Amino acid sequence: MSDTAILNKNDMVISKTSVSVLFAGDSGDGMQLTGTQFANTVAVYGSDLNTFPNFPSEIRPPAGTVSGVSGFQLQFGTTGVYTPGAKFDVMVAMNAAALKANLKNLHHGGIIIADSDGFDAKNLNLSGYGEANNPLEDGTLNDYTVFKIPVVSLTRKALADTGLSIKMIDRCKNMFVLGVLYWLYSLPLETTIETLQSKFRNKQDIANANIKAVQSGYNFGDETEMFSQHGRFSVAPAQKKAGVYRRVTGNEASAIGLAAAAKKAGLELFLGSYPITPASEILQTLAGLKKWGVKTFQAEDEIAGVLTSIGAAYGGALAATNTSGPGLALKTEGLGLAVILEIPLVIINVMRGGPSTGLPTKPEQSDLLMAMYGRHGEAPMPVIAAMSPVDCFYAAYEAAKIAVEFMTPVLCLTDGYLALSSEPMLVPSPDDLASITPVFSPERKSDDPPYLPYKRDERGVRAWGIPGTPGLEHRIGGLEKQHETGHVSHDPENHALMTRLRAEKVARVADIIPDLTIDNGPEKGDLLVLGWGSTYGAIKKAVEQAREGGMDVAHAHLRYINPFPKNLGAMLGNYKKVLIPENNCGQLLSIIRDKFLIEPVGFSKVQGLPFNEMEIEAKITDILKEL
Amino acid sequence: MTDNTLTCLTAKDFTSNQEPKWCPGCGDFMVLQQLKSAMAELGLKTEEVVVVSGIGCSSRLPYYINTYGVHGIHGRAMAMASGLKAARPDLSVWIGTGDGDALSIGGNHYIHTVRRNLDLNVVLFNNEIYGLTKGQYSPTTKVGLRTVTSPNGVVDYPINAIALTLGAGGTFVARVMDRDGKMMKEIFKRAHNHKGTSIVEIYQNCPIFNDGAFEAFSDKERKHDTTLYLEQGQPLVFGSNGSKGIRLDGFRPVVIDLEKEGVSKEDLWIHDENDLIKANILSRFFDDPNTTEEFLPRPFGIFYVEDRFTYEQALDAQIDKAQANGEGTLEELLAGNSTWTIN
Repeated sequence: MSDTAILNKNDMVISKTSVSVLFAGDSGDGMQLTGTQFANTVAVYGSDLNTFPNFPSEIRPPAGTVSGVSGFQLQFGTTGVYTPGAKFDVMVAMNAAALKANLKNLHHGGIIIADSDGFDAKNLNLSGYGEANNPLEDGTLNDYTVFKIPVVSLTRKALADTGLSIKMIDRCKNMFVLGVLYWLYSLPLETTIETLQSKFRNKQDIANANIKAVQSGYNFGDETEMFSQHGRFSVAPAQKKAGVYRRVTGNEASAIGLAAAAKKAGLELFLGSYPITPASEILQTLAGLKKWGVKTFQAEDEIAGVLTSIGAAYGGALAATNTSGPGLALKTEGLGLAVILEIPLVIINVMRGGPSTGLPTKPEQSDLLMAMYGRHGEAPMPVIAAMSPVDCFYAAYEAAKIAVEFMTPVLCLTDGYLALSSEPMLVPSPDDLASITPVFSPERKSDDPPYLPYKRDERGVRAWGIPGTPGLEHRIGGLEKQHETGHVSHDPENHALMTRLRAEKVARVADIIPDLTIDNGPEKGDLLVLGWGSTYGAIKKAVEQAREGGMDVAHAHLRYINPFPKNLGAMLGNYKKVLIPENNCGQLLSIIRDKFLIEPVGFSKVQGLPFNEMEIEAKITDILKEL
Repeated sequence: MTDNTLTCLTAKDFTSNQEPKWCPGCGDFMVLQQLKSAMAELGLKTEEVVVVSGIGCSSRLPYYINTYGVHGIHGRAMAMASGLKAARPDLSVWIGTGDGDALSIGGNHYIHTVRRNLDLNVVLFNNEIYGLTKGQYSPTTKVGLRTVTSPNGVVDYPINAIALTLGAGGTFVARVMDRDGKMMKEIFKRAHNHKGTSIVEIYQNCPIFNDGAFEAFSDKERKHDTTLYLEQGQPLVFGSNGSKGIRLDGFRPVVIDLEKEGVSKEDLWIHDENDLIKANILSRFFDDPNTTEEFLPRPFGIFYVEDRFTYEQALDAQIDKAQANGEGTLEELLAGNSTWTIN
């Protein structure tokens, strides 16, 4: 608990700067909905916020068992919320299995709010505790603050006069717990009441029952003596920039980023895609944006996903495809075609644990080398990486800008952690977004000199000559082409020239990307922690804490991996050591060592889990001790 | 002459400045010639046509036509063309592909493109061999053929492209012989005018690696008995001087000797290109006259035509409906459905 806790004895409200909460229950208990409601409430209240769902990959695993536990974790606070929290301060456990699955990640001394009705003999047996070993009774939880609440019984009592069936009433138990949490953290009920009214506007009795359940939970907090010796908490709103906010997951943000880029560029957005965990929500979100003219094409396979996009890009659309590791592997031949055709294309790869099917619902950063080098032939392309759920918007947007303005495929890396996490996003004004300027070859008259589809401007970029334009009729393809004319050429010198020109064009992207800045810490010193992608939050928090502890450490985070920002080499030279934490076995480290001939310290975590700040802070401490 | 006819293009206008690099005697030359003529006669403009291809001898097609062209990667022409057509319904999109490209490495794209029914015109060059990679057997090669990769004879049972296409939900299914230039051109024109995916399978002789693969259907002495030319509304008649016909006995096609048995042509199977069940039966006329004693003749012409909505029409209609009250603005897109304000 990041607590500057102050006990105010008059009203027993304890102030907190941030709190991490886990809602855990059976897959059918509605924990995702409950967590989302809590998140919306604290967001509207003005807190900083980060959420992460944790659910089994099976759709309906056996009820009551540990494998069937579904969780929704969130952290909210006044400052310093960059992750859903390494460990949680509060755990809601709707049954014994939920407790068993998650207790190890609860802070020592943390709060457990347990539905004691979910700890009956049946649930205890299913959970693996066994009916003789109820952890709520046998002292297992002596190190924690435990509130045992018979949620099912209390909900049934509260809703007894609604006329609903017991089955329907029991489905409201999650709202009762939510009400208790609202009381405990001194939060208003309005956001949830409005949502319930809107969600069930055609089923008024269901809406009323859910609203009554959340109010009953809140009143229970008020009336019961259970909480009196502990008091309740409050978390002041964050000092956030004034403006309009929305909550986005990384995948939603990626989708909106692409759609916004198309609008800004004046192009039609086309997404060719094949469903794959954890990337499908990008396709799903864009499929719902027909009002914005977005065309989505659910292809027969990953290969068709990228090839339909290449076809659309050839036709003049802003084309994109999204996938995860196994799908990226299938798309690689198509990416080679996009490289040699020199057409714009955005590939969003939402990384997951691999190889093969690996850990499909768990995040990893292990596709970086594939993104950089995983193609046949000399086929460089820009690679950029998103560092937070909101940043997925900007990463996708910038990927589109680079793709269109440099006539190249661009690989945009996110991962399963960013994809499903959410945070508040300050809604940008259209004017805040960088311009995106496609350059189309103009129509030609019959007496104009022949069209040269591969004639390049001073940056080495060809213009987009799209079908339908009179006078530009030309044939291009995967075969090597002659400089400027685009005719098929097997000439050795020409191949060397075209290979070099394609590489130089990608390298020149460095001219438009900003220098890398130090996120936190000194410009020179003992240690630089260099990160990329979704490790941002954990590294940021770890470096903040290490610096508060007096350590000489700085943090920089890479958005652009190919090409690197121009100042990266100089920056790396300003520190005695460079630490690179990655959710892989050292892939960025390899690239850095290769390009700059330095020997950074690697820190790998390949458990299908994101880093937490404590792990990174401990590593920083170890390195600095040895210096 | 009006201005309009003056600006009409000829086959020559569709000829690119690249010399075709096919072997002398290759059936591909005829396809190229008829395709260019068809495009000219259809009144197409060179800038509104895109020829998309995969990999193989026939996939060099785009280079030789003076329109837009993309020569893609092996097996993926269907997918690339689908994306192009979905994004740009205004273009006339043609696909040049071979038996290996479309039915082996691109088989998945083939069946799904056919069922989606985008308005694409597919010229499927079937030479029953891999030519560009020098003579390996293809998915349509006959059983027993000795090739460099089947020194003891092919044991893979071949794909029947017409039956596959009908099975996948094809809406325009035709077969033509490479030597039947006039018929080919007419079928190309009908394929263009058909709104949906048109599949035109061409039996195309490879004089180098599979010469004579279709000789049973082109040999002057034999073709009367081995081929059946389909004409809408006409009885199925073949044989020299139209001496034989096909009658349906339930679902069984039966060859009738019109001279001997004195059956009138009115009793024969009348070709109806809109009848899917009959088209399916016709597609199974797949006997090899070289190895079968009692064979049904191989049909050429248009097997089946169905008027069905195209993918791009349906997609555009959904977009039009979503935009009935105006297109979404960038502001609305960025804000989404649920926002809150911090002051």
